Amino acid sequence: MNPFPVPPRRVTIIALLALLALLLAPFAVPPYQTVLLSYGLVFAIAALGFNLLLGYTGLLSFGHSAYFGVGAYAVAFIVKYLGIESMEVFILGGVLASAVVAALFGFLCVRYTRIFFGILTLALSQVLWSLTYKFFWYTGGSDGLRVPTPHLVAGAVRMARGAAEDKLGFLSHRYYYYVLVLFVLCVAVMWVIVHSPFGKALQAIRDNETRAEFVGVQVWRYRWVAFLISGAFTGLAGALWVPLNGLTTPDIMHWTFSGEIVFFTVLGGFQTFFGPVIGAIVFNYLKTFAVGYTVYWQMFLGVVLVVLVLVLPSGIVGTANRLALRLRRAPAT
Amino acid sequence: MDTLLIHILNSLLYASVLFLIAGGLSLIYGVMRIVNMAHGNLYAFGAYTSAWAVGRVLGNAPSASPALYALLPVGAVAAAGLGALLEPTLLRPLYKRAEEYQLLITFGLLLILEDLMRLIWGPYPLSVSALYEGLGSLSIGESIYPTYNLVVIVVGGAAAAGLWAFVYRTQFGVVLRATSQNMRMASALGVNVNRVYVEAFTLGCFMAGLGGAIVVPQQGAVLGMGPDALILAFVVVVIGGLGSLEGALIGALMVGVVREFGITFFPEIELAVLYLMAAIVLLIRPAGLLGRA
Repeated sequence: MNPFPVPPRRVTIIALLALLALLLAPFAVPPYQTVLLSYGLVFAIAALGFNLLLGYTGLLSFGHSAYFGVGAYAVAFIVKYLGIESMEVFILGGVLASAVVAALFGFLCVRYTRIFFGILTLALSQVLWSLTYKFFWYTGGSDGLRVPTPHLVAGAVRMARGAAEDKLGFLSHRYYYYVLVLFVLCVAVMWVIVHSPFGKALQAIRDNETRAEFVGVQVWRYRWVAFLISGAFTGLAGALWVPLNGLTTPDIMHWTFSGEIVFFTVLGGFQTFFGPVIGAIVFNYLKTFAVGYTVYWQMFLGVVLVVLVLVLPSGIVGTANRLALRLRRAPAT
Repeated sequence: MDTLLIHILNSLLYASVLFLIAGGLSLIYGVMRIVNMAHGNLYAFGAYTSAWAVGRVLGNAPSASPALYALLPVGAVAAAGLGALLEPTLLRPLYKRAEEYQLLITFGLLLILEDLMRLIWGPYPLSVSALYEGLGSLSIGESIYPTYNLVVIVVGGAAAAGLWAFVYRTQFGVVLRATSQNMRMASALGVNVNRVYVEAFTLGCFMAGLGGAIVVPQQGAVLGMGPDALILAFVVVVIGGLGSLEGALIGALMVGVVREFGITFFPEIELAVLYLMAAIVLLIRPAGLLGRA
């Protein structure tokens, strides 16, 4: 079996065009927009991980902020206690820490499905949230922990000290490409995962647990591994997010952020591979726009969510696919 | 001894309000199989409405007249009205869809209601502490205790008793329980399920609103109180069993006691202990202490 199944030609073309646009973006748009796009790509990585559970395994987690937060706080602790400012160490620490936590939480959670799974993941993520909130002498409490701009690629790429380069310039250019490379890697890895026999087994579990079990799939074990991978991806996103934000606070551990992860995955369309990616990027723009435009941004997002659920439940990509299909089937007149 | 008594009273106070919120959440889940993430916001809506109504009448008068206490339940009625409006318009189209969508739409509702309250009542807290102070305090041994807290405990207890009587001793209660046990069968026997759903949802919202209304003299109404209360209500219903009213009562008492003693003896991990309690119960008895699977 081909380890890297080739997507349909239409998808390949669109993906390559999108990648080209992403590569050229820093030259075409102001730095602020590039930073915004970096946030979007980071959230897209989290969404890819999250969707392995929701879209491919059929488990709705309402506690993914925990793994994002653990990734972010692992980075902050590395800076605070080890004094290391290397992005590669950050990523290693963030992914490892979130994988460990996801393995532990997942071990408990995957015995349940449906609403109990959702509430259990939520309760466990809130345990972490309350700990980061209350143990302020370690975590800085609601003030959070500051994280300086790291150097990249084992110190080869640094932000020039002094007036030569400002932080925005660094983030909007070098760091953006760094995030982009990791994002493309994540997409590729996730693509392989969902098309591997393992991924097929997950989809079998999602579609019919009993049948999957009879075919010989160890349902519990597969769900657990999916949970672990999902948590590690989300943790990577957390680790990449901190240098962008410069600060990590308990807010990203709070369950409302888990709600946002669910939101953008559904916005893009969780029944498709690329849906969550698009959803994350679009959501990031929507939220930034709404926050800048009105104090009532939550209401705006809430209305978007309600309309989405009522009118476009298959999300942006799902709806686009359906429209494309209808266009192609329409008789040429 | 006095300190212990005060701790127990505080636990009961806390449990009363929690029961009102979690009882409504559990009732709605039991009948409709929907986890209403906006439930905490209906509690907050009750608190805001009561605070606003009392504040309008109170004006700048220095002392509270007894009639004002009768105005507090306005919040409960308002929350019930809101519930009666929301169920047929937003939730009804979704009963046939996957439960992910039901969670999501109530999450959207949570976001909308949160800002709706900011829009109506502004970003600052509303308080009607005059009602709290108006009742003075009692002396328990050498300590003093606010009388209003006892009122909250009594209301909470009365609500629990009233709800029990309503569900187990009335015709409507029979229909409600029948629908909860088997919606299709109830429907086949001539129960108007749509109507039962509206009524159950309204009743649940009424309880949440009542919780907000009685808590507002003591704590005031602030933004963000809804989602916070929701998470604690989740803990309560998970411990007691989703869909079980008795479970909500026991869960509320447990959470009330643990929280009160947690704040005194282990403040750093008080919240973590509550969530861990929920997680442990869920692991040992997935359906909760009194729930049915």
